[in-house]
Amino acid sequence: MTYESFEYDVLVIGAGGAGLRAAIEASAAGVSVGLVCKSLLGKAHTVMAEGGMAAALANVDDRDNWKVHFADTMRGGQYLNNWRMAELHAQEAPARARELEAWGAVFDRTKDGRILQRNFGGHKYPRLAHVGDRTGLEMIRTLQDHGIHQGIDVHMECTVIELLKDGDRVVGAFGYDREKGRFRVFAARAVVLASGGIGRAFKVTSNSWEYTGDGHALAYRAGAELMDMEFVQFHPTGMVWPPSVRGILVTEGVRGEGGVLRNSEGKRFMFEDIPDLYKSSTADDEEEGWRYTQGDKEARRPPELLTRDHVARCIVRELREGRGSPHGGVFLDIAWIKARLPNGAEHIKKKLPSMYHQFKQLAGIDITQEPMEVGPTTHYVMGGIRVDADTQMSTVPGLFAAGECAAGLHGANRLGGNSLSDLLVFGQRAGQYAAAFAKEQTGASVNPDEVEAVARHALVPFERAGSDAEGPYQVQFDLQDMMQAQVGIVRSQAEIKKALDAFGQLYERAGKVGVQGNREYNAGWHTALDLRNLLMVAEAVAKSAILRKESRGAHFREDFLEKDPEQAKVNTVTRLGSGGEMEVVQAPLAPMRKDLQQIIEDNK
Amino acid sequence: MSSATFRIWRGNAEGGAFEDYTTEVSEGMVVLDAVHQIQAEKANDLAVRWNCKAGKCGSCSAEVNGNPKLMCMTRLNSLPLDEPVTIEPMQTFPLIRDLVTDVSWNHEVKQRIKKFRPRDPDAPDGSWRVDQYDVERVQEFRKCIECFLCQDVCHVLRDHRLHDKFIGPRYLVYTAALEMHALDTDDRLDDLANEHGVGYCNITKCCTKVCPEEITITDNAIIPLKERVVDRMYDPLTKMLRMFR
Ligand SMILES: Cc1cc2nc3c(=O)[nH]c(=O)nc-3n(C[C@H](O)[C@H](O)[C@H](O)COP(=O)(O)OP(=O)(O)OC[C@H]3O[C@@H](n4cnc5c(N)ncnc54)[C@H](O)[C@@H]3O)c2cc1C
Ligand code: SF4
Ligand code: SF4
Ligand code: FES
Repeated sequence: MTYESFEYDVLVIGAGGAGLRAAIEASAAGVSVGLVCKSLLGKAHTVMAEGGMAAALANVDDRDNWKVHFADTMRGGQYLNNWRMAELHAQEAPARARELEAWGAVFDRTKDGRILQRNFGGHKYPRLAHVGDRTGLEMIRTLQDHGIHQGIDVHMECTVIELLKDGDRVVGAFGYDREKGRFRVFAARAVVLASGGIGRAFKVTSNSWEYTGDGHALAYRAGAELMDMEFVQFHPTGMVWPPSVRGILVTEGVRGEGGVLRNSEGKRFMFEDIPDLYKSSTADDEEEGWRYTQGDKEARRPPELLTRDHVARCIVRELREGRGSPHGGVFLDIAWIKARLPNGAEHIKKKLPSMYHQFKQLAGIDITQEPMEVGPTTHYVMGGIRVDADTQMSTVPGLFAAGECAAGLHGANRLGGNSLSDLLVFGQRAGQYAAAFAKEQTGASVNPDEVEAVARHALVPFERAGSDAEGPYQVQFDLQDMMQAQVGIVRSQAEIKKALDAFGQLYERAGKVGVQGNREYNAGWHTALDLRNLLMVAEAVAKSAILRKESRGAHFREDFLEKDPEQAKVNTVTRLGSGGEMEVVQAPLAPMRKDLQQIIEDNK
Repeated sequence: MSSATFRIWRGNAEGGAFEDYTTEVSEGMVVLDAVHQIQAEKANDLAVRWNCKAGKCGSCSAEVNGNPKLMCMTRLNSLPLDEPVTIEPMQTFPLIRDLVTDVSWNHEVKQRIKKFRPRDPDAPDGSWRVDQYDVERVQEFRKCIECFLCQDVCHVLRDHRLHDKFIGPRYLVYTAALEMHALDTDDRLDDLANEHGVGYCNITKCCTKVCPEEITITDNAIIPLKERVVDRMYDPLTKMLRMFR
């Protein structure tokens, strides 16, 4: 077969915030860099992020600093986080935010002209640097516009389907270009995965078609360990109506600006269940909550701004107990603030312009006049490739990972705004250390037989064209339905077991799908190839979920409602067993440094 | 449930034809939903770009009943469904397949525009002080999601095919965002007047009308740029000073 061949010191797979930042850093270190992405440049998931980027700049509240940010992140993650990553993240995020400004980003400003910061769930002080509700667009565009002048070789609309190895080391990747379906072989001395998440494994999701867990699966097949795959974040507020937009995100920024959640009885149900860990920092009544959203430093946050896992579960409770809205959600009301602010309607449009448009255009609802209907949606995966905190190298030499596809920073639950900062902090580190690693290598030799085998395998679905083989879409839909129902927000042994039993059949069907047409921009073929990644990550989620017999953060077991102190000491590790089977085991957390323990104590 | 017919362009650079697909439609559906449903049920290999399904990424641009639109933001109830809904790719760019076009020219154009060059930081920590008032002007331009619908509709590109002489409305917006950036110190006026062809725009405002982000492309970006260029070119003093630089 014929291939186009490329050779780089560092190959970055993924062009969201993490991949772009890694590529910029690596090329600044003087090595040659290739950057591959499935969509066009600037369209990765990062573009959709709305609320903001967390960094303890202390521009709005000077009591903030990296220590408080560190403690907030650990509390949010229920202490399963890799504490070293949480430390580096909190320390380096401010510099990464300022650097974006030096590259042209235009953040909203404080009165004295500095970067403005807003409140978000789980963050003690206003900490999210933002641009209205389109922060991700600002971030990706800034990195893109800076990056295109750095001499990075960009391969857009190119999908990597396998990593290539030489002995233990990763030495490249194999992919196809979507436009013509031609194969590409990338030889590289170091590879950085920045491929994002796995949201497409579920039916209701805020994630796009790209989120099929490719990076997770590529790493797993190359022998790298994954970690904490049971922790999937369900964002409490996705759109629920009309049906075709179900799952699309409604930013937490709505609640940060004063939006409140009510059930069908008009009650603010979030006041009814406040976790112990957060009792002392939550408002006593509606009045105090309102003052908090308006910047009163003496006030404590309203319960709507508790962590996402908790808010999502409270919504599920309301739904199960029959207090939902007409289309199966609850009400999110921002229009009410008009009673408090003279220019309320204008203020809403100014602060939440894309939410205003989204509801106006997609649901025919004017959010300055009436409440929205919202419900939980699959949003983010805390689990991912297990990496070294400082260098972001995986357990396979030469393979690095950063951003959503890497694990560690967020533990059992991610705080809003901590992803955008994660991308920059660890994208930068991955780029730096991948470049350093590449410089130490003498060469990379790709094995032609391995390449040939991958290519042949990729073309198999075409051999079934014209037969009555099943297409890829139905298999994908069935997997999504199953994960949603059995490994979703509320889990139990019996349900997860059912899902695990069904995998065998799904794998079998996926192995037999056929596609029509030719290799040119063929969505059916692309979906067929993504299927095995999606199945692999879904299985890892289910197997990890059955192993963790407790409820912690985003992982909620109705058969084990409490936290188990023993389980606080372990991460869940997924790896490819020697016989090709998936192995899921528990591994102890590294003991935390004393000074960091002290910081957590001081911030309790 | 009722059904509707969608007349979708199928083909590649060598040729193609419209094909009719009838599918069920339900309340709240947008054009992109219908396309996906057809793709899943009847035409697995139908080529279409999308990512966010919420008007944020600018991937799903196409011409719906002849109007440049984001398919994910065009609700079916805004279209007459008693006749087929025509969906075709953007006409200004070369066709790859079905609804997908080759927009790489746009990326090349951006590369030719001088990048952001900030003044020295105002504070020792490397940060700047800027007024909210000054950022707002530029923020309007930075809302651009690079859907390229404005490029698609601009007659200079669409009809006159002056892709090598004119950078198009998207990149005039981009240039305006840099030129009006409170921290930027570079100068792009000569390029605008010459290589980038700002003069080809005759202010028809078609671009502004189709912009899904409601950026006032002509009034707020292009006209001020044109004025700056004119001031520069026809102000004899500036011209003379520049000769000695
Ligand atoms: C609607 C929404 C709103 C959000 N809001 C916020 C927020 O306000 N604050 C916050 O901190 N976080 C937010 N998040 C989360 C955050 O946006 C994401 O976690 C983050 O952008 C992920 O960035 P990334 O760089 O890891 O990956 P992405 O930006 O997702 O990029 C992944 C890249 O990998 C490429 N890729 C994937 N697989 C392959 C393959 N096989 N071959 C080649 N390329 C591949 C893709 O094409 C893409 O370029 C939000 C998420 C969503 C969905
Ligand atoms: S106003 Fe200018 S740029 Fe916009 S469509 Fe008309 S000619 Fe093109
Ligand atoms: S200016 Fe508007 S129409 Fe043009 S590319 Fe940007 S968002 Fe699209
Ligand atoms: S899919 Fe993103 S704009 Fe339509």
